[in-house]
Amino acid sequence: MTPVELAAENGEIVSENLDGAPLALRGVTVSYGADPVVFSVDMTIAAGSMTAIIGPNGAGKSTLLKAALGIVSPLAGRVTCWGKPLESQRKRIAYVPQRASIDWDFPTQVRDVVMMGLHHELGLLSRIHGHHHAKVTECLTRVGMQDFADRQIGQLSGGQQQRVFLARALAQGADLYLLDEPFAGVDAATEAAIISVLKELRDAGKTVVAVHHDLSTVEEYFDRVFLINRRRMGEGPVAEAFTQDALHATYGGRLGDGLVARAG
Amino acid sequence: MFEALTLQLGYNAVLVTLGSAALGVAAGAVSAFLYLRKRALVSDAVSHATLPGLALAFLIMVAFGSDGRFLPGLMVGSALSAWAGLWTVNWITRQTRLPEDAAIGAVLSVFFGFGIVLLTIIQTMQSGRQAGLEGFLLGSTAGMLRSDALVIAAGGALVLLATFALRRPMLMTAFDEGYARVQGLNTARIDMALMVLVLAVTVVGLKIVGLILIVAMLIIPAVAARFWSENATHVALLAALFGGLSGYVGAALSATAPDLPTGPIIVLVAFALFALSLFLAPSRGVLASALRHRRLQHDVHLRQGLLALAHNQPVYEAMTQRMLRAHGMMRADGVPTDAGRIAAAAALQDETRWQELRRIEELAMLASRDDGLTPITDILTADQVALIDNRLKPQGVI
Repeated sequence: MTPVELAAENGEIVSENLDGAPLALRGVTVSYGADPVVFSVDMTIAAGSMTAIIGPNGAGKSTLLKAALGIVSPLAGRVTCWGKPLESQRKRIAYVPQRASIDWDFPTQVRDVVMMGLHHELGLLSRIHGHHHAKVTECLTRVGMQDFADRQIGQLSGGQQQRVFLARALAQGADLYLLDEPFAGVDAATEAAIISVLKELRDAGKTVVAVHHDLSTVEEYFDRVFLINRRRMGEGPVAEAFTQDALHATYGGRLGDGLVARAG
Repeated sequence: MFEALTLQLGYNAVLVTLGSAALGVAAGAVSAFLYLRKRALVSDAVSHATLPGLALAFLIMVAFGSDGRFLPGLMVGSALSAWAGLWTVNWITRQTRLPEDAAIGAVLSVFFGFGIVLLTIIQTMQSGRQAGLEGFLLGSTAGMLRSDALVIAAGGALVLLATFALRRPMLMTAFDEGYARVQGLNTARIDMALMVLVLAVTVVGLKIVGLILIVAMLIIPAVAARFWSENATHVALLAALFGGLSGYVGAALSATAPDLPTGPIIVLVAFALFALSLFLAPSRGVLASALRHRRLQHDVHLRQGLLALAHNQPVYEAMTQRMLRAHGMMRADGVPTDAGRIAAAAALQDETRWQELRRIEELAMLASRDDGLTPITDILTADQVALIDNRLKPQGVI
């Protein structure tokens, strides 16, 4: 029985018309060793939505995102973007990785990092022109980092590094933005700057998905949630899916009632 | 020596010097990408793994009746066994939980040991004809043919072209592998391409630098270049320059005396460049950081002096007084100048902003960036500074 049939059996309403969905996962299982980190997960991201992927530590949030992006290859299951294979839609997908995954002593400047977002335009050999530089400056301005263009990336604070990564994603001009813990270890001013850029993107019809760990801001920031604890624990608009029951089911006894109460 | 450096030592020496410079430029450029990808040590496995292939190629060519010293034939043989070594390193790291350095150590020693055994066999069997082969261990340019030099120069040029064409994907992969994959780059294939470049440099450099020391040419230029720049492209260009210089100067020097092995001289020249970089480079060099420390001391005294002035406190420390006077902030009699008053006010404002930052929940974690010297406007974005200033305004104004 496929996961979809299984879900239908359980009385859930499942739309198999995924043509419009910017991102759809079906039966995705990922394993690093013997134990699956993510087991048979279905996920459908609605176009023009802002979705938080939430779940306890080790629940496979980042792994799910990496599988959706093709960074890790799933043991089973498939990923489609706008109803087509992921590989054919690469240009339309932008990714903001976790800050911890980067060597900040790497000899590169803020401007060069954002320029990487223009990779699809630049290709292997074409020269960098004035309009490319202008695009980079524009994206840095959108995240308030225009004055830092010539800094070596290691000289920035955590929040500023995150803003640079967001600028790189903006430069790509993608339709789907996937962010891995964009607010981890950043100052609140940066958090506000990032969320306002993300909301701008959503209002312009783009789709945003972020792995998120702060339950207290879910309602304020996002319009949809996806709950995961190795398996899919719930999915839907924040008002419907972000409930005490769903959180208890996802986090088990580990979650303080105070946090859940806020979600009520 | 002057004749050697200006290519006036005769036809053979000129060939060797130019071929060696071409090799150095290629090796230097590749070294930068290898270093940035943090896989410099792999070159050690690749170079040592060439030996069995080199010896086998020699044996095969002799068996077919040639004299066995045909350079392209030897290069093909060593490339094949280096490939086998590389494949084994990758296989071990992929299939087992052994870290890559352990795999490199194992492959390096086993392949090299096997190669030495073959070399010994060749020596006992073909005592008259094996003359050239040990030359490949440390590099030897004696009796290098015109065709050999051309093969080396052409190989170097090809490597350089390929490196140029692949520079963007290689840098993206080195900096942020996950992002590179999301961009649709096949990072496994890009890493493989980098390894092929390393392998090509090794094989091309066998004759001149030798397989034991070629690893130096794939590491030293990059680490020397890294001292000078925070920009990956500049690091690669500088590394190519350092590699080319080492190849050129090293080969020229070794041509001045008979029996001087080329490889070690080239590596020593490269080391000299590294040592110069280590001490003299402006931002990351040893001398520069000593100077920076001194400047920091001065800055601290100046800042403390200015804050004392701003609070109308007396300045006691001799060095602080000296700094204030040297910057025209204080007159000889201890009275602050106009410039001193302005600077003191600015220092006080900065200090106040930093202190306010600690009280703002949203920014408090940035307090760790406060070193007492860096102006807050260098650290925070304009909107963050505005947030602080807004809170510092008298309540009535808001």
